[in-house]
Amino acid sequence: MGFDSAKIEEFRNIWVFCEQRDGKLMETDFELISEGRKLADERGAELIGVLLGDQVEGLAGEIGGYGADKVIVCDHPMLKVYTTDAYAKVLCDAAMEYKPEIILIGASNIGRDLGPRCAARLHTGLTADCTHLDIDMNEYVNFLTTSSTLDMDKTKFKMDDVNLKMTRPAFGGHLMATIICPRFRPCMSTVRPGVLKKAEYSREKAEKVQVEMYPVHLNAKDIHTQVIEVIKEAKQMVDLIGADIVVSVGRGISKDVEKGKELATQLAGALGGGVVGGSRAVIDAGWLTADHQVGQTGKTVHPKIYVALGISGAIQHKAGMQDSDLIIAVNKDEKAPIFDCADYGLVGDLFKIVPMMVEEITEMKDKK
Amino acid sequence: MRIYVCVKQVPDTSGKVAVNPDGTLNRASMETITNPDDLMAMEQALLIKDKNDCQVTVVTMGPPQAEGMLRELLAMGADDAVLISSREFGGSDTFATSQIIAGAIQHLGLEKEDIIFCGRQAIDGDTAQVGPQIAEKLDIPQITYAADIEKEGDCVTVKRMLEDGYMKIKTSTPCLITCIKEQESGSRYMTLNGINDCYEKPLQILDYEALKDEPLIETDTIGLKGSPTNIFKSFTPPLKGAGVMLTGTDREMAASLAKALDEKHML
Amino acid sequence: MDFSLTKKQEMLKKLSEQFAVNELEPVAAEVDESHTFPEENFKKMAELGFTGIGVSRQYGGSEGGTLEKVIAVSEFAKVCMSSAAILSIHLIAPQAISRYGTEEQKKKYLPRLTRGGELGAFALTEPDAGSDAGSARTTAIFDRETNEYVLNGTKCFISGGSRAGVVIVFALTDPSKGTRGMSAIIVEKGTPGFTVGKVENKMGLGGSETAELIFEDCRVPAANFLGKEGQGFKIAMQALDGARIGVGAQAMGVAEAAVDLSVKYANERVQFGKPIAALQGIQWYIADMATKTEAAKALVYHAAYLADSGQPFTKMAAMCKLNASENARFVTNLALQIHGGYGYMKEYPLERMYRDAKITEIYEGTSEIHKVVIAREVMR
Repeated sequence: MGFDSAKIEEFRNIWVFCEQRDGKLMETDFELISEGRKLADERGAELIGVLLGDQVEGLAGEIGGYGADKVIVCDHPMLKVYTTDAYAKVLCDAAMEYKPEIILIGASNIGRDLGPRCAARLHTGLTADCTHLDIDMNEYVNFLTTSSTLDMDKTKFKMDDVNLKMTRPAFGGHLMATIICPRFRPCMSTVRPGVLKKAEYSREKAEKVQVEMYPVHLNAKDIHTQVIEVIKEAKQMVDLIGADIVVSVGRGISKDVEKGKELATQLAGALGGGVVGGSRAVIDAGWLTADHQVGQTGKTVHPKIYVALGISGAIQHKAGMQDSDLIIAVNKDEKAPIFDCADYGLVGDLFKIVPMMVEEITEMKDKK
Repeated sequence: MRIYVCVKQVPDTSGKVAVNPDGTLNRASMETITNPDDLMAMEQALLIKDKNDCQVTVVTMGPPQAEGMLRELLAMGADDAVLISSREFGGSDTFATSQIIAGAIQHLGLEKEDIIFCGRQAIDGDTAQVGPQIAEKLDIPQITYAADIEKEGDCVTVKRMLEDGYMKIKTSTPCLITCIKEQESGSRYMTLNGINDCYEKPLQILDYEALKDEPLIETDTIGLKGSPTNIFKSFTPPLKGAGVMLTGTDREMAASLAKALDEKHML
Repeated sequence: MDFSLTKKQEMLKKLSEQFAVNELEPVAAEVDESHTFPEENFKKMAELGFTGIGVSRQYGGSEGGTLEKVIAVSEFAKVCMSSAAILSIHLIAPQAISRYGTEEQKKKYLPRLTRGGELGAFALTEPDAGSDAGSARTTAIFDRETNEYVLNGTKCFISGGSRAGVVIVFALTDPSKGTRGMSAIIVEKGTPGFTVGKVENKMGLGGSETAELIFEDCRVPAANFLGKEGQGFKIAMQALDGARIGVGAQAMGVAEAAVDLSVKYANERVQFGKPIAALQGIQWYIADMATKTEAAKALVYHAAYLADSGQPFTKMAAMCKLNASENARFVTNLALQIHGGYGYMKEYPLERMYRDAKITEIYEGTSEIHKVVIAREVMR
C-alpha cells in the first residue's frame, strides 16, 4: 500500500472524526463538520466524516445533514466502547489507505486521547485544542485583522499558502499561536468544543450523503486495555457549553458559599434559566465540582448572557468567557479586571446586589 | 518495579504575564513552577510507592535550570532524577519531545512491572499530547485523564474521567498513565528531611551524546528538524473594550441593568 | 557578609510558604477567634518535620539550626502568628533536651516531640517571677527513698502548657541557693500531681493556648532530671537566647506581611480618583515600614548566623528581638492605618496581626528586660 507521511502530494480530502458515545453523536461533531465544509470548499476537496462504533451506520445521515459529502463507517462490535488501541488502529489503518490531507478531531477527553496516538503512529503533526482554522490566506488575513493586535500593514504573507492554519491559545490565553504542519500529512488538529459555529441542518443533504462501509480488521490481541464499566455520573452533566445563560461565581462568595451559589442559581433562573459556573478559585476550593469551571483550564463558553459574580477576572478566566455576547460583572473591587471586559459593571457587595437584580429583572419581565 | 514520572517546568501563567512587543512571551519576567498536572502524576506515583517497594524516577526535558524542580521532587520522595538536556533537543514540538523522552526511557530501561506517569497537560502549551505519543513510541498501552489508580502486580485499574462520567479501565504494565486533578486530592509537600537528602540523591543528565545510539533518536526525529509542526504566527488577542459601569445605589444599579437588558431584548 | 540562603534553605523557605498559605492561612482567623489550638495543622507540621528542626535525625529530628527555625517561623508568621508562635515555642523543649539530655532522655522524648507530633512546653514564669525569673518559688525536692523529685508550685502564662505532652519545668532543688539552686526537670502530661489550671483569655495569639500549670506533690523520677543540679537557670537563659531569635522571626514575618498587604491595598484602594499609593503620605509610610523591616530582618539573620556558627549571641539575640518586636508593632500599626476602616474590621487580617504583633514585645522577655540584657552586654 505504501504509506509515507512525507509524500504530501499524495494526500487529499478532509476528514472529520465523528465521535459517538452510546450511539449518539457529540455536539462537537456537528461543529467540526460545519467548519470542515467551509475548509473543504476553500480547498476544493471532499468532506468526509469518519464514524467508528458498533451498529452506527444509522448516524451517517445526521453527519451529512451538517455538510459532509461522504461518511466512512467503521462498524465492529469491538468499537462499541472507546478504547485507544481499537480506535487508533482503525483510524490509522483507514488513514493510511485513504490518505486524507486533513483530519479534524473534537478535543474531548476521548479526542485528545486518540489524536496524539494516531499522529505519532502516522508520523505527522497534531495541533491541540484549536479555536480557529483557515486554509485560504485571504480568510486568514481577515481573521488576523479582527482578532489580533498585529499591524497588518507591516505583516507580509505568502498568499498562496495552502497549509491548514490552526490557531490556538497558548500560555493560558495570553498568546495566540497559529501552527502549520508543512512537511507531513495528514495535517491533524483537535478542535475545542463549543468554539466553532454549527451550520443549519439540512434534511436534503442528509438524504444525499454517501455512505461507505470500511472493512474493519480487529481482534482481541489488538486491544490491551479492558473497559470494566462506563459510569454516567448521576449528577447532571453541567452543560456550560450549550447554555444561553451562564452565571459564574468566584472567590467573592467565600463569605457564605452556599448563599452565593443559591443567589447565582436564582439569578440564572430570573434571566430565563441557565447554568451556574465557577472560576478556578471556586473549583480549587471545592465549592463547585470541576465540570463547572469556566476558563482556560475549564470550559470555554459563549452564552448570550454571562454574569460574573465576585470574580476578579484573571486572564485565564477571561479566556473562557470573553466571547460571550453580553457580560455582566458584579464585584466589590472597582478595579477588578473583570470590568475591563464587562458590558455592564456593578460595583458592590454581591450578597446585597444580586437579590435586587433578581427582583428588578423579574419585575421588568412581569410588566410585559 | 520502577515508576517514571515525566514532569515539565513551566512559566506560572496564573501570575503576571508579560508579552514582548513582538508577540512572544517574556519568560524572564515569569516565575517557573512544576506543571500542576505533573504534580498529580507525582502524587499518584508516590501513592503507589507508599504501598509497594518501588523506585520513583522523575524525568524532565529542559534547560539545566530545571534541576531545581527535580530537586524539589526528590525532596517530595522521588528516588532519582533524570534531566534530558541538550542543544540538539531544542525547538522540539510534541512529536519530537515524545520521541526524545521515549528514547531516554528506553535507554534507562522499561521492565514488565514499570509504569510511566505524566500529567494530563502542561499549562504553557495545554496540548496533552506528549504522554500518549510517548506511549505510542514505546508501543505500550495508555490511559489518559486518570483520577484513581490501583496497582496489583502487573495489572493496573484506573478511573478514567470523561466529560459526562468515567470509565473503569484495566490494563497491564508496562503502561503510560496521564493524571488529572480531581477535587480534594492534592500533591504532597516536600519534607524537611526530604530537603536534607535531595542533593545527595542521584541526578543523571542525558544529553544527545548519551542517547544518540537509541533507535528512536535520529537527527530528523528530534529538535526543530524532527518537529512536524511549526509556528506560523504568534500574536496577542485584542482586548475587548470596557463597557458601562452602572452607578447609583445598589437598587438603582440593579434597576438600570434590568432596563438595559430589556432594551436589548435580552429578557 | 553573605546573607544569601543555601539552596536547601531556599527550598525550606518555599515549603514553609506553601504550607503556610495552603494550611495555616485558611484557618488563621478562625483559630484566633475561637481560641482553638490548630491540632490538625500541628500534626501536619510534625509529619513534614517542622517540629524537629534543630534535632538530630537519629532521634526523629530534621537537623538544621537557628536559621532554619527563623525561615519556617517567619513564613508562618506572615499568615498566622499563632502557628508561628506554637512552632517557635515548641522547639525550645526538644532543642533543650537535645543539648542537655542524657541518651535515655533523648531516645525517650525526642521522637515523641519531633515526628511523634507531641507538643513541648517550657515552664519558667511564675505569678511573682516574670522578668525576675530568679525569684521563682516552685520547688523540686529530692526524695532519696524513692529516687524521685517532688514538685510543688505554680507556673503561669505557659504557652502550650495545657496540651503539651512534655514540659520542661524549672524548679528550685535547693531553695537556699536562689537561682543557683534552680534545676530543669522533664515532666510528662498525666503525671499525678500535675494539673492544668486556668487557660488564659488573651488579647491576641488565640490559637496558641496559654495556661497555668499547678504542681502539688508531683513526683517525677530522677531519670527526668535535665542537666546537672543547679544548672537550671543557665539552661533557661540559654534556651531563652534561642527563643528570642524565634520571637524575632515571628515579629519579622508579621511585619513583612504587613508591608506586602499595605502595598497591595494602597495600589488597589482608589480615593479621590486615584490609588492611595499615589499619595506621598502613604508612600512615606510604606518606605519607613519597608526599611525598618529590612533592618529588623538583617538583625534576626545576623543573630541566627552567630548562633549557628557557635559564636556568642546573647547580645544579638536580645537586640534582634527588641528591634524586630518594636518594628512589628510599628509596622502593623501603620499597615492598619493605611487600611483605614477596613483594617479595623475582622474581615481583613490587619487587626489580628496588630494584636498578635504586640505580644512579641512582651513574651520571652519584655522589651525592658531586653534592654537590661543588652546594656549589660554592651557596657561590661
